[in-house]
Amino acid sequence: MIRIVLPAHLRTLARVEGEVMLDVPGQATLCSVLDALEARYPMLRGTLRDQVTQQRRSFVRFFVCAQDLSHEQMDAPLPDAVTMGTEPFLIVGAMAGG
Amino acid sequence: MRAVRVLVGTRKGAFILTSDEKRKQWDISGPHFAGWEVYHMKGAPADPNRLYASQSTSWFGQLIQRSNDGGKTWAPVGNQFVYDGVPGTHQWYDGTPHPWEFARVWHLEPSLTDPNIVYAGVEDAALFRSIDGGQTWQELSGLRGHGSGPSWQPGVGGMCLHTIVQDPSNAARMFVAISAAGVFRTDDAGKTWRPMNRGLRSENIPDPHTEVGHCVHRIAIHPSRPNVLFMQKHWDVMRSDDAGESWHEVSGNLPTDFGFPIDVHAHEPDTVYVVPIKSDSEHFPPDGKLRVYRSRTGGQEWEALTKGLPQRDCYVNVLRDAMAIDSLDSCGVYVGTTGGQVYASADAGDSWMTLARDFPAVLSLEVQTLS
Repeated sequence: MIRIVLPAHLRTLARVEGEVMLDVPGQATLCSVLDALEARYPMLRGTLRDQVTQQRRSFVRFFVCAQDLSHEQMDAPLPDAVTMGTEPFLIVGAMAGG
Repeated sequence: MRAVRVLVGTRKGAFILTSDEKRKQWDISGPHFAGWEVYHMKGAPADPNRLYASQSTSWFGQLIQRSNDGGKTWAPVGNQFVYDGVPGTHQWYDGTPHPWEFARVWHLEPSLTDPNIVYAGVEDAALFRSIDGGQTWQELSGLRGHGSGPSWQPGVGGMCLHTIVQDPSNAARMFVAISAAGVFRTDDAGKTWRPMNRGLRSENIPDPHTEVGHCVHRIAIHPSRPNVLFMQKHWDVMRSDDAGESWHEVSGNLPTDFGFPIDVHAHEPDTVYVVPIKSDSEHFPPDGKLRVYRSRTGGQEWEALTKGLPQRDCYVNVLRDAMAIDSLDSCGVYVGTTGGQVYASADAGDSWMTLARDFPAVLSLEVQTLS
């Protein structure tokens, strides 16, 4: 079971509170986690990655185990700590402001 | 008892203001979609409880929200806007070709007759249509494909299709306006389009009389006289008496003819409203006085409407989609400002009251007259 933490705006949009728990079959990757997330919450389609190119939106970041995986290949395996649910998969809106 | 519902899109969410026909006491609900930019909200003329909203942020992109109960509850619908075929290129700010890229929906225009049909004007400029209540969207690609598309250039605000006007007397005719390309008209329900910019003169482009390339800010018609169009251009207030085939200037005695919104009185087709601002480099009212100008002669002769509007130290702007007209017997006029104020007049502009003083910057404002 993978634990996903959404940014506040997307928790509101998906109407969830706290972490999202997802069962991702097979090898968990960035792509398979996002696929499973969008399948459970279709209203999130287009908010994390472009619906045509599947490219991550520029101001969205993926953090796991204190590492930024945003620029990793979408089919790269996620760390065991994430797939086992020990560590959450953090989806973060990039900091902005002045 | 009739009523009005004012739909306000702001930089940080949407608000809905309601009142009875006296328009003296107002209830405010919101913010809806708190923290998101709401470029536009509009109700369907064929079902006033059907509302559409364009919600976006730079972080999470574009959403379209729909309400079936007048804005009490909302649900996201389709947000996939894919250009038809190979998108091609338009000109970038430096004159180089730039791929067409979807950025956001600027304007939503529900059909006059079917609440499930709605048009979306988007950046990079294109027109989309949904026939299933916003669940899916298809581009009306004859607009970009009519020939001049590769030469279109963005204005500073982006290359946006921001105005969609339906002809109530002819279901096949529609006008759109694009910054900075100009006005286009279809007479076959969106299959083919023609530029409608003859008579426009823009000093700050290489050919001031070019067929395409004008920064049109807004166009408006009166439903009873759809062949007469009024335009607020980057500079100049213009009028067409032949459904856009030709335009002539009606700026007349305005203190400045730069501005963004323009609208027409609900019952007087020759009564027109604009909000002049100082210049293209100073987007605020002249002399720090917010003045809506009204012409009762179809242009040329304008009077300042000031009663109840700030007349000192006011440096806000009224954006192109942030003025609207209700159709009660005593016509109401509404404006929202970049300073977060919403002003309303229940007497065609003679006097104004403040409906909201401290909203986020107002991006758009629409009003519904309810039975």
